[in-house]
Amino acid sequence: MIPELGQFALILALGLALIQASVPLLGATRERKDWMALARPAATGQFVFVLAAFLVLCHAFLNDDFSVLYVSLNSNTALPTPYKLAAVWGAHEGSLLLWILILSAWTLAVTAGSRSLPEAFAARVLGVLGIVSVGMLLFTILTSNPFERLFPAAMDGNDLNPLLQDPALVIHPPILYAGYVGLAVPFAFAVAALLTGKLSPEWARWTRPWTTAAWMFLTVGIALGSWWAYYELGWGGWWFWDPVENASFMPWLAGTALIHSLAVTERRGIFKSWTLLLAIAAFSLSLLGTFLVRSGILVSVHAFASDPARGLFILLLLSVITGGALILYAARARHLTVEGGFRLVSRESFLLMNNILLVVATAAVLFGTLYPLFLDALGLGKISVGPPYFNTVFLIPMLPLAALVGVGMHSTWVRMSSESLVRRLILPAGVAVGIGVIFPWIIFGRASALTMIGVSVGLWVVAAALLDPVKRILRRGSAPIALTRGQWGMTFAHLGVGIFILGATVTSSYNVETDTSATPGDRWEVDGYELVFRDIRRVDGPNFQATEGEFEVRRDGRLVTILNPQKRIYRVQTSPMTEAAIDVGWGRDLFVALGDPLGDGAWSLRVQVKPLIRFIWLGALIMAFGGLLAITDPRYRTQRKQEKVQPSSELVETA
Amino acid sequence: MTPRRQRMILIGLVAVGVTISAVLALRAFQENLLFFFSPSQIAAGEAPNDRVFRLGGMVLQDSIEREPGSLTLSFVVTDYAHSMPVHYTGVLPDLFGEDQGVVARGRLDDQGGFVAEEILAKHDENYMPPEVADALARAEEAASQ
Repeated sequence: MIPELGQFALILALGLALIQASVPLLGATRERKDWMALARPAATGQFVFVLAAFLVLCHAFLNDDFSVLYVSLNSNTALPTPYKLAAVWGAHEGSLLLWILILSAWTLAVTAGSRSLPEAFAARVLGVLGIVSVGMLLFTILTSNPFERLFPAAMDGNDLNPLLQDPALVIHPPILYAGYVGLAVPFAFAVAALLTGKLSPEWARWTRPWTTAAWMFLTVGIALGSWWAYYELGWGGWWFWDPVENASFMPWLAGTALIHSLAVTERRGIFKSWTLLLAIAAFSLSLLGTFLVRSGILVSVHAFASDPARGLFILLLLSVITGGALILYAARARHLTVEGGFRLVSRESFLLMNNILLVVATAAVLFGTLYPLFLDALGLGKISVGPPYFNTVFLIPMLPLAALVGVGMHSTWVRMSSESLVRRLILPAGVAVGIGVIFPWIIFGRASALTMIGVSVGLWVVAAALLDPVKRILRRGSAPIALTRGQWGMTFAHLGVGIFILGATVTSSYNVETDTSATPGDRWEVDGYELVFRDIRRVDGPNFQATEGEFEVRRDGRLVTILNPQKRIYRVQTSPMTEAAIDVGWGRDLFVALGDPLGDGAWSLRVQVKPLIRFIWLGALIMAFGGLLAITDPRYRTQRKQEKVQPSSELVETA
Repeated sequence: MTPRRQRMILIGLVAVGVTISAVLALRAFQENLLFFFSPSQIAAGEAPNDRVFRLGGMVLQDSIEREPGSLTLSFVVTDYAHSMPVHYTGVLPDLFGEDQGVVARGRLDDQGGFVAEEILAKHDENYMPPEVADALARAEEAASQ
């Protein structure tokens, strides 16, 4: 009975979403206040019912209700409780429900955060979010019902894919989705502005915190995914340019461009139509990602669905939402006027270059991801595009971008003399390049040109980010340079970028990777560490059996750590799983993974030493923290108060 | 310089940058395209001799041979119409096994075998890489004609 309640709640939510998607939009056009006023209660009600449906599904999982098909396929009585919860979004139907729950949560947040916005505008934003919601709810109810029954009920479930039985995977999907789906909010703001036909000067300020919030979640979500792939997929890479990774990375790139372009639109009232286009593009790439991941055309752990109807439905949804927004854009965007110019050396210029480079990178990744799919769809052969392509096309725009970050941060709006810019930055730039060229040689004894460039650029971004805070601390007595919360946010986000670049460069350049065979009792050396294969034994987990190796790691005779990598066989799905053992450190990670038995007691092993790999995820977390600081800038709140006083004067014609 | 001229310079620089990147990107693309071939296609001489490509099919029953104590092994990949011996040195992915679908990246050697640089992992015991499923279906179709 309870699962049917979940389905019923979903249908009610669809009904409310239909109201939210139609009445307020019509009300805004016809200036009917009572119609517009329906948006908020409809959105709130929709959230309540989606949440109810979601809780019903959680209930089914926690109580091992194997009469529900989805539960029986993805859970098992022996599955530890946290993973039962993770299994709720561990496969297609449930993860779609999570998508919808998060969309309705964002919508709820918009209902609360938009009270100070002009009524017609808020009604349009909520209406557009309602349209997206209708599409996704229809998709769930028509093609991917998580509450479908199984007759007769299964005795026990088929268990969650062992790869997904992992703490990081409990939180990775919700956080990633919060970012993915959160981009619907700036999309709705952009479409609402296009529907209005004018872009009020406050538009960018309203949109910015939402964009930054979504971007922050996306950053953390991608970092978690990368971290999980590193230790769980078993082979120690942190980014594979897998189409599914690209699917989440493209909205991130577009979202990053959007954040920067919004800054220009807010401060200077220019780049308006470009910003709108980016907002549309960022969410469209999110939808495209959903399509790629959920349609089953990709080879990946994420590709659950192989039902062609599903892929077709998402493709249809994608074309309606993106196509509709683009048609609207084509019709309306040219009415947006641009006032104010800027000089070649100015912050606007640097932000423009930032945008161009980010869009180029997005396009290159998009091309490499979609081209094989097109070729396959046209029956012209099966190809795949190797990681070296992505590495090359990504580095080409990203190196200049990273080099420009520091310059852009320290330039002023409208114009700036090149001399003062050079005077300000010559010292940190010189130091960064000096250290970047010399230190790799001192520490590692070898360095390629690309390594030296990478380290220099990373240090340069760090130095540029820290320049103002350091000056501030040094001059505390006399004339402190005041930094707003937003500027602190920018500082931290860019600091994170620098740290990420350092980590990525050093790891890729000096990563030591060895495949060996060894028998218990063997000792050998890897990159200055002495490894002793002490023992191999059987251990039992709650729902798996494992073969566990014991490795002693010594350096200069001293014991560093003991590592216990496992090879697990999960009872239900009987698939083997490699659990690598990692000794984590700021300076380096030591990674040992057990391969398979080679006969005569020997085992194949992968041993890796990965210098500075933690900087990769640390950098991403610092970026996200910068985003958090930027959202909490009191500017966004005080402005809202002012708007409350004078709501009518806010809609300034720019058309 | 007038603002107009500055803007022209900016646009010019952007255009040059975009062109150079596009050329480099297309070259990288050309060099990193990996084609997929089934054992039947290789038997028909469609696969290149001098280029890395991906080979896919099923690992033939009882075909896995290891050199004891070493990381080198060989096995036979088949689409049940034609077969291809594959040699590999390294650690295998978790779900590699006999009668399982497999995709290997590597090149042909001069003894009519395939030297794999990488064996691609699957993520799920029931999962069949689409290329492999497709190759098997085509081989079966060819056999039934």
